[in-house]
Amino acid sequence: MTNPSGIGQSVRRREDFRFITGNGQYTDDINRPGQTYAVFVRSPHAHATIKSLDLAEAAKAPGVRRILTGKDLAADKIGGLICGWMIHSKDGSPMKAGGHPALAVDKVRYVGDHVAVVIADTLNQARDAAELVNVDYDVHKASVDVGLTQKAGQPQLHAEAPNNTVYQWHLGDKDATDQAFAKAAHVTKIDLVNNRLIPNAMEPRAAIGEFDRGSGGYTTYTTSQNPHVARLVMSAFIGIAPENKLRVIAPDVGGGFGSKIFIYAEEVVCTWASKKVGRPVKWTSDRTEAFLSDAHGRDHVTTAEAAIDAAGKVQAVRVKTIANLGAYLSTFSSSVPTYLYAPLLSGQYDIPAIYCEVDGVYTNTAPVDAYRGAGRPEATFVIERLMEVSARQLKKDPAEFRVHNFIKTFPHQTPVIMAYDVGDYPASMAKALEMADYKGFPARRQASIKRGKLRGIGFSAYIEACGIAPSKAVGSLGAGVGLWESAEVRVNPIGTVEVLTGSHSHGQGHETTFAQLVSSKLGIPIEQVSIVHGDTDKVQMGMGTYGSRSGAVGMSAIFVALEKVIKKATTVAAACMEVPVDQVDFVDGIFEARGTNNKMAFGEVALQAYVAHKFDSSVIEPGLKEGAFYDPKNFTFPSGVHIAEVEIDPETGVTKIERWTAVDDFGTIINPMIVEGQVHGGIAQGIGQAMLEGAVYNDAGQLVTASFMDYCMPRADDLPSFDVGMTTTPCPSNPLGIKGCGEAGAIASPPALINAITDALGHENIAMPATSQAVWRATQQSALRHAAE
Amino acid sequence: MYSFDYQRPPTIEEAATALASSPDAKVLAGGQTLLPTMKQRLARPSVLIDLGGIAGLQSISRKDGMLVIGAMVTHHAVANSQEVKSAIPHLADVAENIGDPQVRNRGTIGGSLANNDPAADYPAAALALGATFKTSQRTLSAEDFFQGLFTTALKENEILTEIHFPIPKRFGYARFSNPASRFALAGVAVAETAAGVRVAVTGAGADGVFRVPAMEAALSKSFAVSAIAGIAIDVKLLGSDIHAGADYRAQLIKVMARDAVTMAAS
Ligand SMILES: Cc1cc2nc3c(=O)[nH]c(=O)nc-3n(C[C@H](O)[C@H](O)[C@H](O)COP(=O)(O)OP(=O)(O)OC[C@H]3O[C@@H](n4cnc5c(N)ncnc54)[C@H](O)[C@@H]3O)c2cc1C
Repeated sequence: MTNPSGIGQSVRRREDFRFITGNGQYTDDINRPGQTYAVFVRSPHAHATIKSLDLAEAAKAPGVRRILTGKDLAADKIGGLICGWMIHSKDGSPMKAGGHPALAVDKVRYVGDHVAVVIADTLNQARDAAELVNVDYDVHKASVDVGLTQKAGQPQLHAEAPNNTVYQWHLGDKDATDQAFAKAAHVTKIDLVNNRLIPNAMEPRAAIGEFDRGSGGYTTYTTSQNPHVARLVMSAFIGIAPENKLRVIAPDVGGGFGSKIFIYAEEVVCTWASKKVGRPVKWTSDRTEAFLSDAHGRDHVTTAEAAIDAAGKVQAVRVKTIANLGAYLSTFSSSVPTYLYAPLLSGQYDIPAIYCEVDGVYTNTAPVDAYRGAGRPEATFVIERLMEVSARQLKKDPAEFRVHNFIKTFPHQTPVIMAYDVGDYPASMAKALEMADYKGFPARRQASIKRGKLRGIGFSAYIEACGIAPSKAVGSLGAGVGLWESAEVRVNPIGTVEVLTGSHSHGQGHETTFAQLVSSKLGIPIEQVSIVHGDTDKVQMGMGTYGSRSGAVGMSAIFVALEKVIKKATTVAAACMEVPVDQVDFVDGIFEARGTNNKMAFGEVALQAYVAHKFDSSVIEPGLKEGAFYDPKNFTFPSGVHIAEVEIDPETGVTKIERWTAVDDFGTIINPMIVEGQVHGGIAQGIGQAMLEGAVYNDAGQLVTASFMDYCMPRADDLPSFDVGMTTTPCPSNPLGIKGCGEAGAIASPPALINAITDALGHENIAMPATSQAVWRATQQSALRHAAE
Repeated sequence: MYSFDYQRPPTIEEAATALASSPDAKVLAGGQTLLPTMKQRLARPSVLIDLGGIAGLQSISRKDGMLVIGAMVTHHAVANSQEVKSAIPHLADVAENIGDPQVRNRGTIGGSLANNDPAADYPAAALALGATFKTSQRTLSAEDFFQGLFTTALKENEILTEIHFPIPKRFGYARFSNPASRFALAGVAVAETAAGVRVAVTGAGADGVFRVPAMEAALSKSFAVSAIAGIAIDVKLLGSDIHAGADYRAQLIKVMARDAVTMAAS
């Protein structure tokens, strides 16, 4: 019997009804009695010393309750924001991090940096008063360019970090790599820029802090992907209140893409200030603040080389990257261009030696941290551009060249930490070539040429690492936390179920997919299952949602808790039916005493567990509720092949994506519709990065792309129709065989598109975003080369 | 937004008087430019004089061989007007391609022209067609009306009331959109009226909407794509920003001019 709401079914998203009918409860929808409003006075300068801060006039403005500054934070011994991952440089020294106060002390370091907070009875009063705060700045030159910031003579951001260098990290075997290069028959060398992106979740960040005099506890409502982590950081590190006196609620959250993982100044300040003001304090980011102060993504400058032997096998890869960390280290920023990046540089390929050096640097720009894919898109861009360019230089077919270099036996230990457990890379390539009608490409290209257009095809055979992560492993790499996940399954007496999960849904559809798992395991209709998340007072513990971990880690925790529930229910059923436990089978929601026609439905057993009439409660505990902490055994390794095909109009540079083929291996799939949606969204973001999006700061450190008038988000008419296919090798390291799908599209797509565009152009000289202008200029070069040939 | 007063006078005369009586008064049309600016606290009018209550500003008619459009006619109304479609069909298309449905339902032709955004569409159409601008005080030619980036000949207390478009023999407009804002990176309007051929460019000029005499001369001799094929645009006239350098804008003007001529000729 197939369960219509079980694993593998495209169940419609249960949460969408409330979202699309305006009944969601986002942080800004919440209003607390007596609530006041916070407006942050932000630095208009990228780099300046605060000579004086005059609050007198603002304090007299109507409705103002309090104006607080960094000095007040320090007086209350509230600590600065933290970076939770320690990176050591190659010389063994710990990273050199400057302080990150929630409100600036003495110095401001990027446009949008927090100088003071004005709290007033209405939002408009707070805004009016904020304009009256008089800050006298001594403005310094800014260091904005990631490629230049380490050079002598550049403005220095933090005294702790000479030459604006936070760390000089490396991974891999330098000697083995250099030796392979010395012997190489061919060396491919490319220079790459991974452009800086601004996340732009649909819901801007928001926070409400509320202090309860009665209990002496605080509540923070915040737009967070991981409320328990926010509570931990605000308690243990920032010191607002101990964890038992701090409740963090992340209600409906409208998209995160990484930007809502981090613990920001605003939620810290609102929570702390609520006690000082004696009233709830609310802050809602406007779109301009979001552009200026949400943590940005990517921003690498890289040189990459491949050493290839006479047989066309890649023997070594050597990479040097400078990664922009912005003006301060955001919560996980240090790990993104290091441990989330270099370990992926092996791609899907059997490469004996890899050596990667990464310098993490400060600039007078907004902090940079994890953004959909976090490190893996950057790594994939490096290796997939390198493979494509190598194939071209060696005059080999790019698909065959990849297949020739694929890892074909598993498990496979790469030279950069990762132990790939399973995969079938040739299978996804074969399927993708078929779906993309690769054989028909030359004819399509000819047809384009006849119409005066340029046509190109580009590949990306990506791999990524999800399901972060085995706690012990990440601990040894410098992580400040363990990366398990927690779940509790509460069965009610009539057999309905609440699942409390430490994962957090902010668009992913957990209320549907997690319930599908419960429905499958317990054989009960999905309507009887509720998923509870996002409140530290309800959910026992959690590490939250990022890194495509909610399926592989979060659902595994639920799986383990469900197994415990079934085990306990089986004991109860056996006692009720008066048979030994090992004589009871649980099939499709029914407990059956084997060899008899005695059976009990799951709901009946639940009731018996709670009434406790039919068993010896000194042997069997009443009740039916189980919890689990699941620590992953390994990373999971989703992989696949994306193929982009473009047509360029050389007159205008307009690049039309004619076809997009995606073949992904995500292991077990819970809900194909939701997975496809994740793939579509990811590709859209990747296409955005490759063709449309790019944060631009001018030399003074002003963000030029601070609105949608100048920062180009992809829109529906920028995107093609996607042709999505799957191959499946279930993940062996977790009970459900899930690998993860949330970031794959964003990881795979940029190199596919740039490889297609450069194929059409006939040269490699184009950077992301490949806007129409950039492509037009590049076609001018193509024409020149053509004429010269 | 700062607080402000709001008035909705029933006649132009009263609107003009209200406008004159307060130094920081501003006219409100569709609000699609003005209100976002106020929300960002970049504008601080003391009083908004809403022209929405003045009946006469919302009509479209044909008078003495002219298509007359009231200042408060929305983009949506222009796009869907039979009068416009029969007189200058591609002018309806200009309106149809402005912004999104919300913007078209609120935004007005008068607001767009009075604002004279260097990347707006109507200024190119009005300049190419040689429109005349009627205000609460006088009548202005298109050349006199447009005075550079966000600047027109309108005085502080002057209200634009009607735009008179000569009915052309042919007219076409082609726009290459800024990928982010979808305003024009280069928009070219080409018109042939009794007064001759005129070509006007928006989105690209360093100093706002401008005419291209070389193309006008060539098209006067022969109204065909081939006539303008070799004409290069002087990059010194053009603007340059993060979205498009002057070189790219020059190229786009050539391509858009060709498309506009094709459209006009068809
Ligand atoms: C998302 C978006 C997309 C857009 N896309 C485009 C586009 O693709 N192409 C394009 O051309 N435009 C575009 N616009 C601009 C749009 O066309 C505006 O409607 C127009 O620029 C202003 O018209 P309005 O009626 O809204 O004027 P308002 O915003 O009300 O007024 C604008 C200015 O003109 C003054 N004013 C208005 N009417 C008069 C009058 N009769 N006499 C004197 N002064 C007056 C006002 O005082 C104000 O200073 C877009 C706008 C938005 C918000």
